[in-house]
Amino acid sequence: MLGEIGQVLLILALLAALLQSVLPLVGAQRGIPALTAIARPAAMLQLTTVLAAFVVLTIAFVRQDFSLRYVADNSNTLLPMIYRYSAVWGAHEGSLLMWSLVLALWTAAVAAFSRQLPPEVMARVLAVMGMISVGFLAFLLFTSNPFARLLPAPGEGHDLNPLLQDPGLIIHPPLLYLGYVGFAVPFAFAIAALIDGRIDVRWLRWTRPWTNAAWGFLTIGIALGSWWAYYELGWGGWWFWDPVENASFMPWLVGAALLHSQAATEKRGVFVGWTLLLAIAAFALSLLGTFLVRSGVLTSVHSFAADPSRGLFILIFLGIVVGGSLLLYALRAPGMGGNSNDPRRAFALNSRESLLLANNLLLSCACAMVLLGTLYPLLADALDLGKVSVGPPYFGTLFVLLMAPMIVLLPFGPLSRWQREQSLRTLALLAPWAGLAVVLGIIGWWMAPQGKFKTAMGIASAAWVAGGTGYYLWMRLRKSGRPNAETWGMLIAHFGVAVFLVGALLVEALHVQHEVALAPGKSIDAGGYTLLFEGVDASDGPNYHSDRGHLQVLRGDTPITRLHPEKRMYASGGQPMTEAGIHRTLGGDIYVALGESLGDGSWAVRVQIKPFVRWIWLGAALMALGGFITAVDRRFRRLPEKSK
Amino acid sequence: MNNPAPESKTKHRLPPVAIVLGALFFLGLMGLMLYGVSRSGKPDRDSLPSALINKPAPAFSLPVLHDPSVHVTDKQLRGAPYLLNVWGSWCPTCRDEHPILTRFAETKRVRVIGYNWKDEPSEALRWLEQLGNPYMVVLADQEGRAALDWGIAAAPETFLVDGSGIVRWKYSGAITQQVMDEQLIPALEKVEAAAGGKHGAPDLGAAR
Repeated sequence: MLGEIGQVLLILALLAALLQSVLPLVGAQRGIPALTAIARPAAMLQLTTVLAAFVVLTIAFVRQDFSLRYVADNSNTLLPMIYRYSAVWGAHEGSLLMWSLVLALWTAAVAAFSRQLPPEVMARVLAVMGMISVGFLAFLLFTSNPFARLLPAPGEGHDLNPLLQDPGLIIHPPLLYLGYVGFAVPFAFAIAALIDGRIDVRWLRWTRPWTNAAWGFLTIGIALGSWWAYYELGWGGWWFWDPVENASFMPWLVGAALLHSQAATEKRGVFVGWTLLLAIAAFALSLLGTFLVRSGVLTSVHSFAADPSRGLFILIFLGIVVGGSLLLYALRAPGMGGNSNDPRRAFALNSRESLLLANNLLLSCACAMVLLGTLYPLLADALDLGKVSVGPPYFGTLFVLLMAPMIVLLPFGPLSRWQREQSLRTLALLAPWAGLAVVLGIIGWWMAPQGKFKTAMGIASAAWVAGGTGYYLWMRLRKSGRPNAETWGMLIAHFGVAVFLVGALLVEALHVQHEVALAPGKSIDAGGYTLLFEGVDASDGPNYHSDRGHLQVLRGDTPITRLHPEKRMYASGGQPMTEAGIHRTLGGDIYVALGESLGDGSWAVRVQIKPFVRWIWLGAALMALGGFITAVDRRFRRLPEKSK
Repeated sequence: MNNPAPESKTKHRLPPVAIVLGALFFLGLMGLMLYGVSRSGKPDRDSLPSALINKPAPAFSLPVLHDPSVHVTDKQLRGAPYLLNVWGSWCPTCRDEHPILTRFAETKRVRVIGYNWKDEPSEALRWLEQLGNPYMVVLADQEGRAALDWGIAAAPETFLVDGSGIVRWKYSGAITQQVMDEQLIPALEKVEAAAGGKHGAPDLGAAR
């Protein structure tokens, strides 16, 4: 019965989405208020039905209704309760349902919080979001139905992929999707503006908080994924340039560019066409990311079963959405930039506009670089150039090269003025901070036991960004009093960049790794600590057996902590899972992963010291926080009577 | 700004070069994705060609699973082609290919040798008892030492070795009927044609 209810709810949702995508658009184009007014209730109806369908699937998991194929494939009776909830989005069908749910949530949020928008603008925005919804709900119903029956129902299901049985993975997909799908809002706005053929800066101001919030969620989603990979995969790495990581990183990069160009467009009326294009690109890349993950086109830890019919469906959808948007852009956008000879919009070479343009170009180039590297193995295969894999040497080198000028220019951005040439003013203001950064870098070089260059770069770049940003804050507080939320958000995000630089570069430079065979009673010295191996015993979880190692960590003779790395074998089979034992401090982690038993009572153990590794995620959290704070700036919620 | 001059709409156009380049980029990307989708159904799309193809099979001497006192070496297997199937009782995919492999083994067209990899002998024996034993003989490589020479990364994996001990074909992943018809049988036909219809396996002693 449950399955049928879910099925009907999804069909209703599809109908609501169809309603929402067609009628309001007709109303807006023809000027029929009765039709434009349908947008908001249709959006609410769509949210209600999709949410209900999601709840139905959740109930099916909690009750363990194995007559649903999806439930039988992704859970079993041993699965702990908390993972029965998260198993709902643990595989293809359910995660698509969540995609639709998140889109419905964003749509309803737009409908609820944007009453100040002119009704026809609102109708167009909601209609565009409705069209995206139609695509995804149709995808669900026709190729990936989570409510498909499996009759006769088996007595026992398979299991949720053990890799996903982890608290970090419960919230990673929802947050990532909130980010991905959130870019649908600026996208829908851009399309609505292009359909209308004109853009009003006041409405552009309205999209800024949405972009910032979506980008903040995406940042947290990516950071959680990275954090999970760090402690669960047992390698101690935090970023692998895996195709699916790249798929989420590309919209992040373009989204970061979009945030900055939107600010310039809103405040100065410049880069209109560029902002529209970035808004389309950010969402197009989110769709591309969804496509790459769901179609199994690229091989990665994230790929699910590859079914060409599914891949083909998303590809066609992607083609229609992106191709249609770009066509609309090519036809309409050139006429929307206004008069480019307007003296109010001219800007000098080292004005803030130029710096924002540089930011945009560098971030877009980085995105293009990641796209090329991600698709190159596929391209090489298509052109019969053999099997190629593109890895960290390519991505790491090019990314650092592209981001280095970005870091150098970052502190100049807030300090420089709009429009005007400043000759050497900002340079003079920042010179002491540059000096300080160089001095700290040299000290770092001198003190580092290894990886001297990277240590120096990490310390210097972080000091430069933090110093320059802090100096701007100080000037701002002294001159014009309390900064608004938008400025606070920018400052916090830029501080986040500094914190991230410390983590990323110092862990790269200073980490220590030992792979040793340890017998009980033996110890190993690493990075000033002594790790005493006490042995391994067997223990059992709810649905797995595990070998649990015990180590005592000492500094000198004082015990600091005990670590318990584990190796789990899930009852449902498959590869063993590692659970690293980690001693977490802000100054660095002690990371221990348990390897294989070597037979004579000793075990292979991987011990790593990771200085400042937490700063990576702390930096990301600050960047996300900056995005959220900017999003709640009151200024965005008021629409002034007249623009400028 | 909020009321662009009407003439600006007609005056501004994207340069044709930008349109052509944009369209080419978009279509190229879509074409590439389409290619990706078309090959995404093939399970072996990312497997690397084995370095062993057209090279002699690595030398080994492994105990027989059912009687560890008997060892089988690569030399004893020469003289006629054989199919070496790597499996383990811990490997769920091996279960998937088992019926297809069994049906093929029943045709007795070629010797099917089992290669029990990193497994507990008792569990391996139980697995064969439950599912049936399609293999002429099962070699046990409990430690996985000999597997290194074969370049075995994951089970199941299957090698076709010809009568003179040269590896002619390899497949990683579960053998499906499609793989059987489209890859294994043609490879086997080639091996048989090259051997000129020579048959007759050397004696394997008391194995099995």
